[in-house]
Amino acid sequence: MSVLVPETVQKTVLTGAQTIAPHVRRAGSRYRFGAPGWLLALATICAAAATIPLVYLVVRTSEAGLGELVDTLLRARVLQLTLNSVLLAVTVTVSCLILGTASAWVLTRVRLAGGRTLLLLAALPLAVPSYLAAYGWLVWFPGLNGFGAAWFVMTAVCTPYVTLPVAAALRGASGDLQAVARTLGRGPVSAFWAATWPQIRPAAISGALLVCLYSLSDFGLVAMLRFQTLTWGINAAYGASFDRNQAALLALVLVVLALVVVAGERKSRGQVERGGGRSTLPVLAPGRWRTPLVTLVLLAPLAGIAVPILGLLSRLLDAATLRAVDVPRLMEAVGATLALALGAALVAALLALPIAALAARYRGRLVSAIEAVGFLGHGLPGIVVGLALVFFALAAVPALYQTSIVLVFAYVVLFMPRAIGSMRSGIAAVPGSLTDVSRMLGYSPLVTWWRVTARLALPGIGVGALLVAISVMKELPATLLLRPTGVATLATELWSRTAVFEFGAAAPYAAALVLLAAVPTVILSGIRGVAKEES
Amino acid sequence: MRLSIPLTALAAGVTALALVGCSTTSATTPTDTAASSEADGSFTLYSGRDEVLVQPLIDMFEEETGISVEVRYGNTAELGALLLEEGDRTPAQVFLSQDAGALGALSNADLFATLPAETTDAVPAGFTSTDDTWVGVTGRARVIAYDGEKLSADEVPTSVDAFTEPEWSGRVAIAPTNASFQAFVTAYRVLNGEAAADAWVADLVANSPQIFDNNRAILSAVNEGVVDVGLLNHYYWFAQAAEAGAENMRAQLSYPEAGDAGSIVNVTGAGVLKGAANDADALEFVNFLVSPMAQEYFVEETYEYPLVAGIDAPAGLPALDSLVNPDLDLADLESLSETQALLGKYGLI
Repeated sequence: MSVLVPETVQKTVLTGAQTIAPHVRRAGSRYRFGAPGWLLALATICAAAATIPLVYLVVRTSEAGLGELVDTLLRARVLQLTLNSVLLAVTVTVSCLILGTASAWVLTRVRLAGGRTLLLLAALPLAVPSYLAAYGWLVWFPGLNGFGAAWFVMTAVCTPYVTLPVAAALRGASGDLQAVARTLGRGPVSAFWAATWPQIRPAAISGALLVCLYSLSDFGLVAMLRFQTLTWGINAAYGASFDRNQAALLALVLVVLALVVVAGERKSRGQVERGGGRSTLPVLAPGRWRTPLVTLVLLAPLAGIAVPILGLLSRLLDAATLRAVDVPRLMEAVGATLALALGAALVAALLALPIAALAARYRGRLVSAIEAVGFLGHGLPGIVVGLALVFFALAAVPALYQTSIVLVFAYVVLFMPRAIGSMRSGIAAVPGSLTDVSRMLGYSPLVTWWRVTARLALPGIGVGALLVAISVMKELPATLLLRPTGVATLATELWSRTAVFEFGAAAPYAAALVLLAAVPTVILSGIRGVAKEES
Repeated sequence: MRLSIPLTALAAGVTALALVGCSTTSATTPTDTAASSEADGSFTLYSGRDEVLVQPLIDMFEEETGISVEVRYGNTAELGALLLEEGDRTPAQVFLSQDAGALGALSNADLFATLPAETTDAVPAGFTSTDDTWVGVTGRARVIAYDGEKLSADEVPTSVDAFTEPEWSGRVAIAPTNASFQAFVTAYRVLNGEAAADAWVADLVANSPQIFDNNRAILSAVNEGVVDVGLLNHYYWFAQAAEAGAENMRAQLSYPEAGDAGSIVNVTGAGVLKGAANDADALEFVNFLVSPMAQEYFVEETYEYPLVAGIDAPAGLPALDSLVNPDLDLADLESLSETQALLGKYGLI
């Protein structure tokens, strides 16, 4: 998602064809002494929020003796769970990268009727909670289980994380180079690889990062489809044996995996290569390829949303006991879900901003460390972050325990990473020359930041906040642990009904949840819509 | 200092918001609530049992006594972990648990107050705690669910020992991380000895069982024809039959013979948290749970066995005393960690 904005922003800003060196490159000469202390301090404070789960895990783990730790770590099962987690994360990431990039290419380079609708459909799987998607598939194919099933459904729900940013990047990318490569005799794939891929690589990689962390940390889908990963082991340790030490140890293994992934992403992200500003995109006529291309784009939405929703509907029609929908109660859950999602999106954006500003403008080990720490929460399952905040809130702010404030804070820890990436790219794409001009015209740093940087980076900030909002609406375990007693969200209401087989009663909540999460998804897909490009 | 002023302003704003939050919520801090131990007309319940099943009962209690109940619903395992994390700072006064394992874990962590003898005496000794830290509320039998289209009742084994035979290879569903399954394996160890239990688990694992996350998923799989048999608790079948219609159920239940480890009857139960040791409202609720009114409610609504004398078992179920194993007391099932070591040894958990 993270690069949804910069290219488009750049395009808005630069209508000429001059090349602007990325701001990052100027950083060295301008800020000879690295990042200003106050920004480092602020970003460190914000990143500190994300370390709460880590502190908790270390405290819990250290309660177990060294012998117990080694025993647990060396158990064959831990190795098996770790391998399963890695296998799922790697395969899902690769397939999302391929399918997402291909879909994005079709959506931006091929003239298809209803392109705007197709883009919207491609984004929609984001609105479906992973556990609902898995459940919907099980209605049709009750025997689905194991790695293949988990890989397939996970890929379907995660592909938009790649499709959306890559589509945005492609729209901003120059098509000239690819045309040149083609005239020089390269085949289409080779030309794409040589000319287009370097321009969309940062977008694709940061999308892949979200996919990878998501598949490492998700529990609902792997539990439904019976593929035993580390999150399964963590939940089992909490649940069956009440062994919080072992759960914490498994979670630490997950943290290590997540940090490796984040470090890898940062390394491979590299410098953003920017071609010339606006270019006329070669929009190809699909010809006889129309059907296969449309099918390709629709694969993820078909598997991630159409099949599961139809499954849920059929289960609803089968239910012998259809109860009247309790409308006030449904509305109350909608209200609570909306309020929590908006609150968390706002706070997550505020906390992610300093980290993003730092990571966008400066490099270095400390900056990398702060950014990596900001991503921690995303690699952990909700139950771990939930319990960590129970621990933290009771120790630090007992008065706030089981209030919406702590719950919102938990959401922020879990989902801030989704905001950091897009905000970082948004800020990085604001050309330094513009802020320089503003300063030369006599505007203060405050006015410059507000009128130039913030304004141009606003779409990136908005994208980050929307992603947080979508995720909050779907989140379950942390909500169950931390919500104020008596407060119900759509996800908890859905859970409490499916838990007792009341699929008839659950259906309105499932429908409301998907509809509500679809609203920010639609906005996301429309932020730089195809329609706008075409008009 | 290009970004400093607005960001500092933002930080100040967040701090201010947090402070406002503090001041508005401090009137009802959880620690305050936990500290008040006298009867104040209300208490907080953590319910590991589902809202749809339990809320009508709580409504009855509120109407009867005028005491208001703040209920926090969740899954038993998560609420158990939550209570362990909260320790003596918990806002909860009572925990209603879906299984005895969670109650045992909290009791071992010394989180429960001792209940008066008249409360625990309402339930026969085999179905409640030995140290009066919690009281059994309802009974649930271990059963074998089988695919009624593939198997006839007499083809289903009456002992779990049969499931290690080659003919059941790949056909048996279990949920090894589930507390009820672990209680059953503990019963196997207690009844048949460690060596036999070790051999049974080893043979079962070698027989490629289908691993599930919970009982509900097992029942769905049997009902869809995905697996032939599954080991679970009896009431899941009745819950699903209530939604889908009993005549539409493909899965059928078979009760292992009394004396087999597969036939144990486990319980749900409730305990009062330490901080509420003297809370008359909390105690009144626990007493209500073992009163005839609540017991009849469970029989009619959840098809569980009543534990209090004089209440009839749900229609269509074998009598409780025909299942109860004379050689086994629920108190014998405390050695959970040995069971987990055994399951861990064969890679099941």
